Amino acid sequence: MDFNLLMQAPPPATPIEAVVIGVSAGAVDALSTILPSLPPDYPIPVIVVVHLPADRKSILAQLFQAKCQVDVHEIDDKEQLKKGTVYFAPPDYHVLVEDDKRVSLSSEELVHYSRPAIDVLFESAADVFGPALAAVVLTGASADGAKGLAAVHAAGGICLVQDPIQANSRTMPEAALKACPTAEALTLEQIAKRLLEIALKQ
Amino acid sequence: MTDVAEDLETRLLLDAIFHQYHYDFRGYSMASVKRRLKQAKEHFECRSISELQHRVLHEPAVLPELLSYLTIQVSDLFRDPAYFLALRESVIPHLRTYPSLKVWVAGCSAGEELYSLVILFREEGLEDRTMFYGTDINPRALERAEAGVYDLESIPRFTENHRKAGGKSSLSDYYTAAYGSAVLDKSLRRRTVFSDHSLVTDAVFAEMHLISCRNVLIYFDQDLQNRAIGLFSDSLIRKGFLGLGSKESLRFSKRAGDFSEFARDERIYQKQRAT
Ligand SMILES: C[S@@+](CC[C@H](N)C(=O)[O-])C[C@H]1O[C@@H](n2cnc3c(N)ncnc32)[C@H](O)[C@@H]1O
Repeated sequence: MDFNLLMQAPPPATPIEAVVIGVSAGAVDALSTILPSLPPDYPIPVIVVVHLPADRKSILAQLFQAKCQVDVHEIDDKEQLKKGTVYFAPPDYHVLVEDDKRVSLSSEELVHYSRPAIDVLFESAADVFGPALAAVVLTGASADGAKGLAAVHAAGGICLVQDPIQANSRTMPEAALKACPTAEALTLEQIAKRLLEIALKQ
Repeated sequence: MTDVAEDLETRLLLDAIFHQYHYDFRGYSMASVKRRLKQAKEHFECRSISELQHRVLHEPAVLPELLSYLTIQVSDLFRDPAYFLALRESVIPHLRTYPSLKVWVAGCSAGEELYSLVILFREEGLEDRTMFYGTDINPRALERAEAGVYDLESIPRFTENHRKAGGKSSLSDYYTAAYGSAVLDKSLRRRTVFSDHSLVTDAVFAEMHLISCRNVLIYFDQDLQNRAIGLFSDSLIRKGFLGLGSKESLRFSKRAGDFSEFARDERIYQKQRAT
């Protein structure tokens, strides 16, 4: 028996059940390269945390609904995640995923000066989806997302990070890569393409 | 995936708390509970949830502190000003037609939401005919609510919220600053009662005209949300009002049929069916 060959065989791919994205400064531009390329029947729910001011309504969902082929809306508490849908975290709430694939909101303390925080979403999604999760950290001037990405990695999920050199603000992707060195550093276009490839394996 | 042993330990801990202390967190949103217990575990320097369970069962002093992990106390005066503006502009005109009024703030935390309503009702000339009931399960929160003392640093935010909520007076009329704190005027407490009441285990309150329960249901799973909403429905007079948090709705509730949407964006509902 040739063990080397066995070692090289790719592990059986787990179908991805959810995509989570974290982004801060420069969010609209970065997401504009990624979200509009998702086809209307994209088979995986996508949850996005953008750092937002807490005291204002967010127009992100409206903005991206106009640009996207998938359904886009802001999360309501206990919503069931559905395919072909992009979910935005509402201002002033953390987003967590429950075992039955519903999302819960929480107004517990700020994490990295933010509510919603990327770490909170990533950690709870990693807990529920394990290897069936793909997580993406994009541009931002914060350390949020690094700890969360490490949790996704530890659970066996796919970890993608925007190449810091290309990012509008490199702090967040750099911190993510530091916490999770095996994550793939990609351009926005490559990330968009990867998200489509992941779906093809479904 | 989910750590099976830790899930089991979590369930055992919640069972233990229920049987020993009658606080029932078993139907809460587990993602948040697990997150908070992880923090509590670190705070109490326990290696496992089981160790935390041992401590909470054998050291009574642990419970109050653990409660502050399991119940989230974040609140503000006039949090989400648009909600209070909608109450002022759309609900108050209906309430004005009643000779006496009862208002219930369920999950009142340290009283912020309740005092916001007292101020609003005073500005609208309805305070004198209203009784305000604030309930919560966290004894420390209820003590703070009775005291009505907040961090002075929050006052600029509260003031801005109050203004955006259509405030007709100056918020500074209602507090005095002392040693880094803002102490609410005692007169605001004249028509208020704070008491211990759980939406999970306790019964209805009668004949309410307005129930405001914001950012409490998000911590409940769906069965518990159904129970609480049933409780609200049974506690309201016909045509009474129910206000929820800005991301909570009756959309997924079994008792949704008891209500009609009154102010959609602000999540204010009106009781229709008599029960
Ligand atoms: C995030 S605070 C909401 C405060 C305020 N209503 C607001 O929206 O700003 C949640 C409150 O619900 C209370 N709570 C949790 N479980 C409860 C229960 N079973 N019955 C009543 N109150 C509960 C907590 O103690 C806490 O004070």
